Amino acid sequence: MIDTPSVDWLALSPAVALLGASGVALLAAVIVPDWMRKSAAAGVTFAGFVLAAVLAGVVFDETPTPEVLLDGSMVRDQLAALTQVILAVTGAVVVLLSWGERRRDNHGEYYALLAAAGAGMVFFVSAENLMTLFLGLEWFSLCLYILVALDTERPASLEAGLKYLIVGGFASAVLLFGSALVYGATGKLSFAQIAAADPTDDVFLVAGLAMILAGLAFKVSAAPFHMWTPDVYQGAPTSVTAFMSAATKAAAMVVLLRVLVTAFPEESETWTIAVAVLACISLAWGNLAALAQRDVKRLLAFSSISHAGFMLMAIAANSERGAEALLYYLVPYAAMSVGAFAVVAARERELQRPVTLESLAGLGWERPLYGIAMWTFMLGMAGFPLTGGLFGKLFVFSAAYDSGDWWLVLVGVAATVVSLGYYLNVVRWMYMRTGGELRLAPAGGSPPADPALGVAVGAAVLVTVGSFFAAQPILDAAADAAASLPF
Amino acid sequence: MLTTALILLPIIGAIVVALTPLPRAATAGLALLVALMEVALWIVAASRFDFDEGGLQLGTSREWVESLGISYSVGFYGFSLWLAGVTVIVSAAAIGYAMWVGRDRPRAYHALMLFLTGAIVATFAAQDLLLFYVSFEAMLIPLYVLVGVWGGARRQVATLTFVIYTMAGSLLMLASVVVFGVTQGTFSLLESGTSDNVWVFLGFAIAFAIKAPLFPFHGWLPLAYREAPVEVAAVLYAVVSKTAIYGFLRIGLPKFPEPADDLSGVILVLAGAAVVYGSLSAFRAPDLRGVVAYSSMAQMGLITLGVFAFDDLGLDGAVLQAVAHALISASMFLLVGMVEHRCGTGELSSLGGMARGRPVLASVVIVAGMIALAVPGSATFAGEFLIMAGVYDQGWGYSVVVALGVVLAAMYTLRVISAILHVKPGSAVRDEALDLRPGELALVLPMLLALLVLSAWPALVSQSSFTGNDAAQSIAEAFK
Repeated sequence: MIDTPSVDWLALSPAVALLGASGVALLAAVIVPDWMRKSAAAGVTFAGFVLAAVLAGVVFDETPTPEVLLDGSMVRDQLAALTQVILAVTGAVVVLLSWGERRRDNHGEYYALLAAAGAGMVFFVSAENLMTLFLGLEWFSLCLYILVALDTERPASLEAGLKYLIVGGFASAVLLFGSALVYGATGKLSFAQIAAADPTDDVFLVAGLAMILAGLAFKVSAAPFHMWTPDVYQGAPTSVTAFMSAATKAAAMVVLLRVLVTAFPEESETWTIAVAVLACISLAWGNLAALAQRDVKRLLAFSSISHAGFMLMAIAANSERGAEALLYYLVPYAAMSVGAFAVVAARERELQRPVTLESLAGLGWERPLYGIAMWTFMLGMAGFPLTGGLFGKLFVFSAAYDSGDWWLVLVGVAATVVSLGYYLNVVRWMYMRTGGELRLAPAGGSPPADPALGVAVGAAVLVTVGSFFAAQPILDAAADAAASLPF
Repeated sequence: MLTTALILLPIIGAIVVALTPLPRAATAGLALLVALMEVALWIVAASRFDFDEGGLQLGTSREWVESLGISYSVGFYGFSLWLAGVTVIVSAAAIGYAMWVGRDRPRAYHALMLFLTGAIVATFAAQDLLLFYVSFEAMLIPLYVLVGVWGGARRQVATLTFVIYTMAGSLLMLASVVVFGVTQGTFSLLESGTSDNVWVFLGFAIAFAIKAPLFPFHGWLPLAYREAPVEVAAVLYAVVSKTAIYGFLRIGLPKFPEPADDLSGVILVLAGAAVVYGSLSAFRAPDLRGVVAYSSMAQMGLITLGVFAFDDLGLDGAVLQAVAHALISASMFLLVGMVEHRCGTGELSSLGGMARGRPVLASVVIVAGMIALAVPGSATFAGEFLIMAGVYDQGWGYSVVVALGVVLAAMYTLRVISAILHVKPGSAVRDEALDLRPGELALVLPMLLALLVLSAWPALVSQSSFTGNDAAQSIAEAFK
């Protein structure tokens, strides 16, 4: 008879809901007749994400203090639950955004993989030891490798998938090697035990820490571990890019925060500097490279690298305030980034070709609502007021200043000034050039009406603007979540 | 409540204008109606305002982000109520002008103008540092598009230069806001104490110096005035620049008494440089807009001199001059637009002789010009005299600079008057260029009348801007 640990099904329920949705969607690809295959798969996946969000919300409500589950392999706390809510809502919006994608086949597979990737991330953020962390990472990464390459008729998609697979595999290997070194130095896998252990060999431990940091930095696409980001974001189907830019980054950031704070509090002097340096490099490289981009998806990819810089700044603060700032930042960031890619998707479906800055010309006047939405997202990413982007930056800056990193604040300010160059450029192309000058014409007439995409963009605008006016409730939730970490 | 209504009315109006599909003229008419309602609302606010009482009035405060001490907190002091007053008047005139010209895409255009009005009023009313930052930045959003879409040939470069310049300043200010707010534990201007951190003060001062603009920070100015639609330029130079003055008066001086004192020498020199540089540039500018824009820079320098005189005369004079300059600069810009509209150009070399057969235009330009050059007896003369007297204590040299500014103002204003009205008829002036229409007159006349009232009774503003006739003291006590 094997001793089985008691299982807290409520804590696992968001992941289970998504796995269930994934299985049903996959079955739908086989059983359901062809004409309703897409709606069945999309519907089930959407329901799965919504259910996961609700369940994660329940877990958030019912978990005042953190609990370790399943023999120290997972943790049930508000940090994980809040992140799961963000991830699941993002996933639900991405389903809406995917609906209008003109794909000949593979609908069942697409939605099943999307739900499975979501489940992996939901699992990943509640990891409490190095083994489950690696499992979660591989789980969602494998799904994403396939999703990126799903449009097999487009060479760019295949190329992106291969690139992501190779670089991602390398990153996983680095992470795994780092975990092995940490295990070698401490003899422990659980984060709390690593922190409590008396390391036999500091060199191993620090080397392991550095490799874990590098492995996760790949996933959050922080420079200089970002090389895959522009190519993959550009090549992947736009809805997958939207999901990756918002959800992967959110999950990996939260896990990075959790690992560093819970497992390596003794080494905090080392890793705060390392993370601060990563933040600076990401801010500098992301913003400068974005200035040179013509392809909007590439531009947004570099912008997401620079946002990783801001989020790392919050982690480098190594304080409760920093954790709150990070969690707040993720909310408007996820909305703006999904929303921006959604508008790109709308334009892409209309013109049937990759969206460059030139092909945005006149969008603001032709499609006033998408135009205003894109305007909101660009201003939000630049940290203008009336969007949560401003408070995101404000909270990150105040956390950095509070921890004595005033120089990081200045770097952040300089980076923001540079970023105006390309965010405002997008607005400029949308409003100050017209399509007529460049003879842009929709491919095959006007695109079919896509209400699902409209709802997705609307929801993103609502969150972007709403997180500005109702900053306090989000910040309260973030403060509760941050309290589950041992600062 | 009244203050909040004053902020929200134009913003709600903007949304309504943007969403209501009306014909072109009706859209513009609706926008003008909202702008006039805003003026009426301001008159109501002013009638409820007790100018003898001083202190913050018509205030409201609500928690916004409690954990960081950020609140939605608004209200008016005497001087900020006056600044808000000229804002609503100038906006109404600008919207009326846009209606008369018939700007393309009227729904977007008028919605942005109304939004801009709301943002400027919110800046003058903000009593929370973050709210101030938010409104200060929010002004840029409509300005970027207004210049970039409806501007002249090089509008896109102009608008990007303008926004990046001002944003660079604003983001330094954001860093300062963060540092000040985190150190004080609250962002409320009413609750926070003072700070002696020079760097934090510098962050604010640079942002305001760019917005004003003071001497080396005016790089955005030449492109912006040439390319902006003329009524947007009117709002930009007449009232948006005054937010810098509000910033100095409400934040710079009261919150950073020591740094402001230490650095006052530098700022006075920069302001003096702005007076001289702006006046000389205005004198040799080849076009009408250049003269008005650079003269605005010179006037902003004068006003800043008054603010950093730190005494009652200088501060009262600065507010009076800010109000008068807002009105005169907006009138001048609109007149420039009307002349350009008739002649198709603002080049001074191709204008001239317009006085003949155009008596109304000639009278209005002469009256506006006389006020602009601060003829004794005018409101601007009163303001400049107060500033000159006030700044004397800081050093007689500054008074000389002010006097120089007054003399140069006479030179460039007379040059521009004679270039439009006198000399021989210019190549661009044809007989078809008619006199001012009643509608155009109605746009400029209210502002000129207000200026004439102020000329007769400058104490209306200068005696009611600060508590109990003691400006320096009320600033030193941080408006408590």
